Amino acid sequence: MTLSGGPLDTSDLIGLESRGGPRRSRRRLPPGEAVRSTLVALASTVVVFGLLGIAITSSPNWSDVQHAFFDGAIFAESLPKVLEAFGTNIALFLIAEVLTLVVGLMLAVLRGLPGPVFFPLRLIATVYVDFFRAVPGLLIIALLGFGIPALDLPGVPNDVFFWAVIALTLVYSAYVSEVYRAGIESVHWSQEAAARSLGLSRLQTLRHVIVPQAIRRVIPPLLNDFIGLQKDTVLVSTLGVVEIFRESSIIKAAKFNFTPYLAVALVFVVITIPLARLTDWLIARDRASQLSQR
Amino acid sequence: MIATTPALRIEGLHKSFGDLEVLKGIDLELGEHEVVCLIGSSGSGKSTLLRCVNLLEPIDAGRIVVEGDEITARGVDVNRIRRRIGIVFQAFNLFPHMSVLDNVTLAPRKVLGLARADADARAIELLGRIGLADKVRQFPDRLSGGQQQRVAIVRALAMQPDLLLLDEITSALDPELVAEVLNLIRELADNGMTMLIATHEMTFAREIANRVCFLDAGQILETAPPSEMFSAPREERTRQFLDRVIAAGRL
Repeated sequence: MTLSGGPLDTSDLIGLESRGGPRRSRRRLPPGEAVRSTLVALASTVVVFGLLGIAITSSPNWSDVQHAFFDGAIFAESLPKVLEAFGTNIALFLIAEVLTLVVGLMLAVLRGLPGPVFFPLRLIATVYVDFFRAVPGLLIIALLGFGIPALDLPGVPNDVFFWAVIALTLVYSAYVSEVYRAGIESVHWSQEAAARSLGLSRLQTLRHVIVPQAIRRVIPPLLNDFIGLQKDTVLVSTLGVVEIFRESSIIKAAKFNFTPYLAVALVFVVITIPLARLTDWLIARDRASQLSQR
Repeated sequence: MIATTPALRIEGLHKSFGDLEVLKGIDLELGEHEVVCLIGSSGSGKSTLLRCVNLLEPIDAGRIVVEGDEITARGVDVNRIRRRIGIVFQAFNLFPHMSVLDNVTLAPRKVLGLARADADARAIELLGRIGLADKVRQFPDRLSGGQQQRVAIVRALAMQPDLLLLDEITSALDPELVAEVLNLIRELADNGMTMLIATHEMTFAREIANRVCFLDAGQILETAPPSEMFSAPREERTRQFLDRVIAAGRL
């Protein structure tokens, strides 16, 4: 679906293209018709959004809503503060994402090991995935973040940030391992046959033939899980870590106003949209390369 | 034939998939430098036989002996065995995420431990010999089917196998691309490569094979030199099969 159906084609940029099914070749409209359809799209957009705006702002309680959620002054004051606290979230998700990628792949490979010798490893990986996918992330964060420092074990870090990263990694590596596993299983068995027939061992086949193809295929769903991980970093606020959500809650409590939460929402939207568009672009590129293979 | 160790000896090979018995006692011997073609209708067990020889399928009963070594014995290192036996598949099975060069050099580097420079030099020489020197940096999806299949053959040859198995390697090709692949196989036969070839190309089989085996329902029904097999088959089933092939214009 294009916005205008004409040459003013922004669908690639903003990702409004229809998903699924082969990409249809774009019709080239005659110039007159193209201009006309662009103008119609523009006019109808202005009318629809104009009416919506009038309807909302003229409703009787609008000024209360505006004051509680959209206070310009409070927004301007809280944005720099929440942005600063967001550094903690960035550190949390960047470290957890790298660890998740590694642990998730290890779990997926362990689950795919054949033969009776590897049964214990398969069992461990399966139980791990079942457990950490089933239990709410908040619970894992609380268990590790409050529980382990309270034990005060010798040689074990008591840093809450450390345990927050571990908790996020445990939960998300369980999801990510399933994504990897689907990718590994999607590589046709004939690829393994070809590699093994050349004398490559099972592990070499995984390493050089299966996993590289699998990862290419699962990048879009992996990025999707990363969006989830980024958002779940706010759960760490329950441990008392001053990250973006806790910071905004402090301002909210002081000002008795919800605008700081909207600043937080805006920050997450702004960092997530590029990732979502990147995902769309990767999917589109993948589809194009598959078409070229005929 | 002189009584030396055969390149390949198959004895009483049985293979079932579930309840379906695909190979019902195959006995076959290939001498050094011999080319044997397997013919027979789809589902007669040709592909399964080749896959068993390369240990890609576990066998249920029987023995497979390569150059005097029983490869179906318990505890043999299958990776070592497979280095000596090359296989080329109907669907090429090139690695789509690697360049042509990397497709060819992966196994020499990782299995034989060749340095990249050496492996590259050898692969470029082999690819040059089949006229694909300008394609070494390309990815498989940029090549025609015939070119892809020739790369797959070179990939198998790069391991310097004693025995080459070809599994209907022209069946997935457009007719005009078949010749370039068969010419390469002809050249290999002239150079003395031992080959076991499952094929539907009867003209090719007649020309290249030392012997032709007709497989029917999991058994080798008839083995003969191509001149006899195609002009005066002994078995009724062979005759019916060849009549159908002639009717289809493939001979």
